[in-house]
Amino acid sequence: MAEYSAFSLLKNALNGHRDWKPAWRKPDPKPSYDVIIIGGGGHGLATAYYLAAEHGVSNVAVLEKGWLGSGNVGRNTTIVRSNYLLPESIRFYEHSMKLWEDLSHDLNYNVMFSQRGILNLAHSPSQADDYIRRGNAMRLGGGDAEWLSPEQIARKVPGVDVSGSARFPVVGGLLQPRAGTARHDAVAWGYARGADRRGVDIIENCEVTGFLRDGDRISGVQTTRGEIRAGKVAVAVAGSTGRVMKLAGIDRLPIESHVLQAFVSESLKPFVDTVVTFGAGHLYMSQSDKGGLVFGGDIDGYNSYAQRGNLPVVEEVMSEMVAMFPALARVRLLRSWGGVMDMSMDGSPIITTGPLPGMYLNCGWCYGGFKATPASGWSFAWTIARDEPHDINAPYTLDRFHRGILIDEKGQGATPRLH
Amino acid sequence: MSGRRIADSGRIDRDRPVDFTFDGRNYSGFAGDTLASALLANGVSLFGRSFKYHRPRGVLTAGIDEPNALVTVLRGAKREPNIPATQLEIYNGLVTESQNRFPSLGFDIGAVNQLGAPLFSAGFYYKTFMGPVIGPLKGTRFWMLCEWFIRRAAGLGRADYEPDTSPYGRMNAFCDVLIVGSGPSGLTAARAAADAGKRVILSELDPVTGGSANWSGETIGGKPSADWAAEETAALAAMPNVRLLTRTHVWGYYDGNTLAALERVGDHLSAPQPGAPRHRHWVIRAGTVVLTTGAFERPIVFPGNDRPGVMLAAAAQRYAAEFGVLPGRRIAIFTNNDSAYHAAAHLSAAGAEIAAIIDTRLTISNGARELAQKAGGELMLGHAVGGTSGSRAISGISVRQVDARGTVSGEATSISADCLAVSGGWSPAIHLASQAGHAPKWDEDLQAFLPPNATQNWIGAGAFVGAATTAEALRGGRNAGLKAAGAMASRAQQAKVDAPELDPHPAPIFEIRATDGKSGKAFVDHQLDVTAEDVRLAHREGFMSVEHLKRYTTLGMATDQGKTSNVPGLAIMAAARGIAIPDAGTTRFRPPFAPVSLGALAAERFGEVKPDRLTPMHDWHVEHGAIMMPAGLWHRPQIYGLSGETLEQAYVREAKAVRQSVGMVDVSTLGKIAVQGPDAAEFLDRVYTNKFSTLPVNKARYGLMLREDGLLLDDGTTWRLGETEFLMTTTTAAAGKVMQHLECLLDVRWPDLNVALTSVSDEWAGTAISGPNARKVLETAVKGTAVDNESLPFMGIVRGEIGGAPVMICRLSFSGELAYEVYCGAGHGTHVWEALLAAGEPFNTLPYGMEALGTLRIEKGHVTGAEIDGRVTARDLYLDWMLSKKKPFVGSAMMDREGLAAEDRIRLVGIVSLDGQPLGGGAHIVESSGREEPRKSIGHITAVCYSPALSKYIGLALVNGGKARHGQRAFTADPLRKRYGPVEIVSHHFFDPDGSRMHG
Amino acid sequence: MIITCPYCGPRDVVEFTYQGDATAVRPDQTSTDQDAWNRYVYDRANPAGKHSEVWQHSGGCRAHLVVERDTLTHAIGVVRFAREKTAKAKAARPAAPAKKAPARKPATKTGARRRAGK
Repeated sequence: MAEYSAFSLLKNALNGHRDWKPAWRKPDPKPSYDVIIIGGGGHGLATAYYLAAEHGVSNVAVLEKGWLGSGNVGRNTTIVRSNYLLPESIRFYEHSMKLWEDLSHDLNYNVMFSQRGILNLAHSPSQADDYIRRGNAMRLGGGDAEWLSPEQIARKVPGVDVSGSARFPVVGGLLQPRAGTARHDAVAWGYARGADRRGVDIIENCEVTGFLRDGDRISGVQTTRGEIRAGKVAVAVAGSTGRVMKLAGIDRLPIESHVLQAFVSESLKPFVDTVVTFGAGHLYMSQSDKGGLVFGGDIDGYNSYAQRGNLPVVEEVMSEMVAMFPALARVRLLRSWGGVMDMSMDGSPIITTGPLPGMYLNCGWCYGGFKATPASGWSFAWTIARDEPHDINAPYTLDRFHRGILIDEKGQGATPRLH
Repeated sequence: MSGRRIADSGRIDRDRPVDFTFDGRNYSGFAGDTLASALLANGVSLFGRSFKYHRPRGVLTAGIDEPNALVTVLRGAKREPNIPATQLEIYNGLVTESQNRFPSLGFDIGAVNQLGAPLFSAGFYYKTFMGPVIGPLKGTRFWMLCEWFIRRAAGLGRADYEPDTSPYGRMNAFCDVLIVGSGPSGLTAARAAADAGKRVILSELDPVTGGSANWSGETIGGKPSADWAAEETAALAAMPNVRLLTRTHVWGYYDGNTLAALERVGDHLSAPQPGAPRHRHWVIRAGTVVLTTGAFERPIVFPGNDRPGVMLAAAAQRYAAEFGVLPGRRIAIFTNNDSAYHAAAHLSAAGAEIAAIIDTRLTISNGARELAQKAGGELMLGHAVGGTSGSRAISGISVRQVDARGTVSGEATSISADCLAVSGGWSPAIHLASQAGHAPKWDEDLQAFLPPNATQNWIGAGAFVGAATTAEALRGGRNAGLKAAGAMASRAQQAKVDAPELDPHPAPIFEIRATDGKSGKAFVDHQLDVTAEDVRLAHREGFMSVEHLKRYTTLGMATDQGKTSNVPGLAIMAAARGIAIPDAGTTRFRPPFAPVSLGALAAERFGEVKPDRLTPMHDWHVEHGAIMMPAGLWHRPQIYGLSGETLEQAYVREAKAVRQSVGMVDVSTLGKIAVQGPDAAEFLDRVYTNKFSTLPVNKARYGLMLREDGLLLDDGTTWRLGETEFLMTTTTAAAGKVMQHLECLLDVRWPDLNVALTSVSDEWAGTAISGPNARKVLETAVKGTAVDNESLPFMGIVRGEIGGAPVMICRLSFSGELAYEVYCGAGHGTHVWEALLAAGEPFNTLPYGMEALGTLRIEKGHVTGAEIDGRVTARDLYLDWMLSKKKPFVGSAMMDREGLAAEDRIRLVGIVSLDGQPLGGGAHIVESSGREEPRKSIGHITAVCYSPALSKYIGLALVNGGKARHGQRAFTADPLRKRYGPVEIVSHHFFDPDGSRMHG
Repeated sequence: MIITCPYCGPRDVVEFTYQGDATAVRPDQTSTDQDAWNRYVYDRANPAGKHSEVWQHSGGCRAHLVVERDTLTHAIGVVRFAREKTAKAKAARPAAPAKKAPARKPATKTGARRRAGK
């Protein structure tokens, strides 16, 4: 019988839930592993899970500096979508979407992936053309997308200002019905439990302080809990990539760490059913199952590791909220927080072997990392197990920047704060 | 009204009765009442239903930390959900509703959830609802089905969809010293800083200043503390360098000592004052901040601790002292520290019967004993409340002996009471300090987290730093005020405080448990129904880190942000792990300290977000029937439609007029940058791909700019007005970007170049006049210069006058016709525009809009932002002829990288619709016919129009292979709009490829 | 966050536009060293801690400033005109072309000019 099910829940309810096992063990590190994954966030844990589940590599340790899932997987706006423009992105995020659709079953853990759709509001004819171009690219790439008229939008999302008198009138919207939201923490916990049950050691409060070398090959790590050797060392530390890679002597990368704020309102009865984005600025919002409106906007726009933003962005985001939903002015902001984003130079990630022998690198997620978690872990695991990328992550090399083979969804060039 | 009112005490005004409604019933209270105090006075005990189990809930606190008594305020149709009754000041006509219950607060169907309570353990939803692996409910469908019901059961208040029309305000304030909190320490700090002549802002979240002085019952300086506070406040209010902000909570502590506060200006009024905002968003930049935010009392976790009538001890005291309301007639006290004895004595003096004082400790201070004697009622030391009874309100408690770890045993004594006042010790309100700093420090004696070391410029005082007595608070406040002011001494003398000697140290007891454990639910987070058992379950399942605890159980995630639940929850987890409380860690507090209306934060940009940009001729366009369209921040004429005309008919008519005779279009939105200085030409040679140093004076040249990475940035014409003076034009969309790009290069990379850049986009009005008769129109309109082919050749520049206004004319063409751009001072824009139209009358000169402009440029194959989308190179657009081989320029070193020179890139072509159907912007191009999806896209359409010149639907596209495909047949694929059709790929130079017309 | 512009005085961060790492070295305009150009355009040290970065006072005098800022605490240290720093750096290099004017002057003039021209 599955460890988690309605039946097991009932059974445990009868004895006060005394028999549940920990979701993951708290093992001490072994002296060596086949694979060490640095970073106990969504991507690291997913990588460990797929290494064990898909490639039979279970002698794996995930090393987490703090508490599991303490990075962006635990502080994002939970949006899952694959509404991209460029073929490389569509292929990768569509793969991710397919993994999402069965994730709760695969993990025997309800990650609450809810395909409530994402609606991008367009506010000018030229923006409409851009969105339609993107929607058509999605459809031709095998994804789903629909174009909605202002009338359809008004019916689907009550409260949106579709009046012509709006400062930025809504001329239409791009809907991806299969997109939606998931319970972000549950994704980390589900992957952690899945990996743990397959023999992976998840080691929290274990900070990597250096790399072990065997000639020019990376052969393990020094940590606050001692030396750990490994045949392969994979790095998936998002905003901390710069810090960790410096320990390996990689001083410069095509990445800047920026702070992104996220916001949640007080809990309300159902107000909005889909994820909605405001095209006249930069705003994305949805409503959680608990009832809070979860939303965010632009990054603050300067290098930061502080997990803490500033007031101008708060004001910008709120003004866009009430511009899109004039009724929300009376609703109250409950909490805000900040995450550190590894902003790459073309806005697309890096999932690759190297840059040093024995090392594997996964980074550059900007603020699209959450929805990518399954495909990122899946393809990174493939890359680690086979020492070569899968088709879906083959384009996401580290040398593409120097070679000019860029994947620039926003067309902003080498300006991370604009991606 | 019930007999809960006390004859004469507190801040309420008994001469001003106030009528209001709660759940449709009329009640009356007094001015100064909160909804909570007024309802308590009316004998109401049931205020709301809890989040998960829909259990009946009353009032737990008297302030901003209230987790239970949340209501929805209605103003006409407008709903404002989740307002704590303890914060809501009543006014005549106030209409309120309880929340999260159906059909009524008294009878709530949702209460059946309590039957399922054993199932609804922490995180139960992660373990189920996965649904079947196959069948119609596979994938996410089953979960989404369950979720539909869960979402409707969850949530608190209901927000409506009616636009909020209330005004919101914003204020930027600067001060030397900001004092947050106006209790005894805050008042003395403010006084000390103000006496030193500093600019002081004192903020208080309550309507009245004074904090604990308003209810402590102590005497300060020989006066009742409330009177002392009132006098201190009056003195401060009289000082010109002091600003008092009441009903204001400082909620965010940001970098650079920038603090954000919300002032509730109108919420307490029946009708808002004219001109006054509902809320005001304060951004306060303070030299030094003095944090005197006080402390929150903690409840003790015990079975049945959520029954209406269970209340914090200080809250009960506040209701009596501040609002003249007895929360019960027969009140039991349950505490682990001395402070509750204050409450006991006060409530007793106010007329309540003290049923008993139950203290977990075996010994207490003499001060406490004296207070206990004053209070009366049995003093039960070494005892604890093990349970409560009553249905919708508490009617009694059962008391048992308790050990030092909080385990009760032995015979239970039942005591009848209609109110239980509880104190579990005090937690300093360190939220703002924590936002701006490191992790807080645990104090073993006070059993509380004290503020962390400051990373920003603040000083703390009073209960906020753990001060145990009012005397200590006064001292600390005074010193903090002086330090903040950089002053030595204050004129104000330290007032003497008369208060009983009490022991400030609580017993380290946070939860009361029966050994058997089967004694009913004990709530830690009241609002979200997180029980002590949930915390222990989280521990069993390995969610031990405090962050995991919070996320797994939702402890502390409610609207009160865990003000009453964080520390008890942490203590229970620490006990389960067998470690000390500080080792279990704390979560970092995040802004806001308490909820803030979105409208206030959006104040001033409400519904606007961004400014409007209007050209000098804007009004003329509108008056003459132009349909305006947004272009970035600009508003531009799309068409000047005639009645009954379709969009297409209108722009075709306008474009035809240009090709046949002459038309005019407003091009004032083009970016214009004055490039001046000895090195101006050298600078342009560096930033443009082609040479400008060779450009003769009074000539213009088309230029191309790349980004540093070698991709296209922008194009435009630049005019040489003098040896060292150029006027650069950019596309409308890229104006700002180009200016910043150039300034950065000049300021950061080439400071040795002596060049000045000035944005003059708004200084010049621009009119493009084009068509075979354009020159004839100018000949009539322009004075002071000839405009014939010799005087004004292609790309030539002349200066003259139109209608008496000085103008600068450049002969250049975007439309492919004989065309000129006429620039004049923005102030003359409309005048010159009208003068040109008048001169053009004989030739039926028509104004034309964006659609016609686009049509003309598409026919010519000119590129704009639609093609230059940040991903294309000059080669992609067949503009490589513009890339100078003779000189380096920005991007020249990067533009030849393999990815940018690759053969399979998408490149510019023209397309012609073969089935006579319109083409769709945003459609893709595919090779295979038919409509089945998906198929490989070989490119996409960037611009479309009906071409009057060709009498066909045409477009520009970026297609892989580019030129190589000329003459090929392909198909458009537009699945979104279900449009598919055959096209021929052709050269993008549709019309007059050799340019004879514009050179004519 | 408050940045003290040497020309305008202390101003809120909202008035400034971030222009990134100030340590990135732009190769000489005539350089054909592809690696040097790649490093300049794409590669960043991205330190956790002291960071030297360029901000434009776009809502004020429009001068570019080099700001020393801590990316862990957002604490702001020395702020100076970018052209000063560059000038100094260049001057330090023997091969550098001779400066026209002492560094500070053009900077201040820049400020004044930009103000006049908005």
